[in-house]
Amino acid sequence: MMLDVKAGDDASFDLLLQKYRTPLINFLFRMVRDAATAEDLAQEVFMRVYRARKQYTPSAKFTTWLFRIATNVALNSVRDNRYRKLEISFDASTSDEEDAAPRELPAPEMRIDEHMVERDRCDFIRGVIASLPQKQRVAVLLHKYEEMDYGEIAKILDCSESALKSLLYRAYETLRGQLAPLAGRAGEGRLS
Amino acid sequence: MKCSDVSKDLIGYLDRRANSAERREVEEHLTACASCRTRAEELRKVWNVLDEVPSVEPSLGFDARLRQRIAAEPQPRWFRWFVPQPRLAFSMALLLALSIWMVKLPRENTVIRPMTAAQSEQEDFSAIKDLGVLENYDVVTKLDALSELVPPSDEQPEQPRQDKPSSND
Repeated sequence: MMLDVKAGDDASFDLLLQKYRTPLINFLFRMVRDAATAEDLAQEVFMRVYRARKQYTPSAKFTTWLFRIATNVALNSVRDNRYRKLEISFDASTSDEEDAAPRELPAPEMRIDEHMVERDRCDFIRGVIASLPQKQRVAVLLHKYEEMDYGEIAKILDCSESALKSLLYRAYETLRGQLAPLAGRAGEGRLS
Repeated sequence: MKCSDVSKDLIGYLDRRANSAERREVEEHLTACASCRTRAEELRKVWNVLDEVPSVEPSLGFDARLRQRIAAEPQPRWFRWFVPQPRLAFSMALLLALSIWMVKLPRENTVIRPMTAAQSEQEDFSAIKDLGVLENYDVVTKLDALSELVPPSDEQPEQPRQDKPSSND
């Protein structure tokens, strides 16, 4: 499809956009934890793809190339945002975590208090993922949510598959410790 | 297989991406090792917890905004190839300026003093003055005869001085 885009077929670019925008926005949202920023970054990723379409060579899978760009864009944003937050932290009167979360409408069958508990739970999980070291975080997101194979993730992170397996194990071990309070309920829920 | 060895393949075993040989090794170890079995079960629960995070949908204007940005991109033009890149143009200009400066450098170091009219006449006069001598061939041949003259010898006996009074007087 990307080769068609390279040849100047705009319809193929639209197909790429439809296919990858949702996974890309989700990946970026899990990286930066801000819905508006995630969309801006996704726009930037697609613009980079569009600008580089003439130079595209199918040496790797398109998704590898796309998520490699996305990873770089996200990590740059996280780094820039960290410095910005350091600058404004003295003046901040409210937490921006609430503003950052996307507005999720409660399910009709769910009571409002249940929805709040559910939302807090999701925020907690997102927070734990966000607290992982950058490389581990990217590895977990691509492995768990994008379901990429080890070879692809290793290429994106520029490491060997063996190093990636160790990286993933360390990341999941950290998550096992941090999410232990929630894991009990999840396990019970699944067994019942 | 040791517990430390199984840790690397445990994730692949849980996500079903490990090959059959790796799966068999991990299963054998889990059957024998209670602590690794517990850890594997906890990791499986964490896996389920991570599934609870809902995915987000792009906003309605996402595609339109992107198309707008693409439309605003400058289109490539046929003469663009001929337009030099700023860095290249700067480098070439610098190189050209350096070349001109180096070519001009020796000329600038050479001191050219303007000759006054009097100096010029003096030089012309000296050249004209010697011209007659050089044209007179006889004078040049006589110069050869001078070379045949015997130089004064140092061995000649010293003549007694007449004006000196003798001691016999």
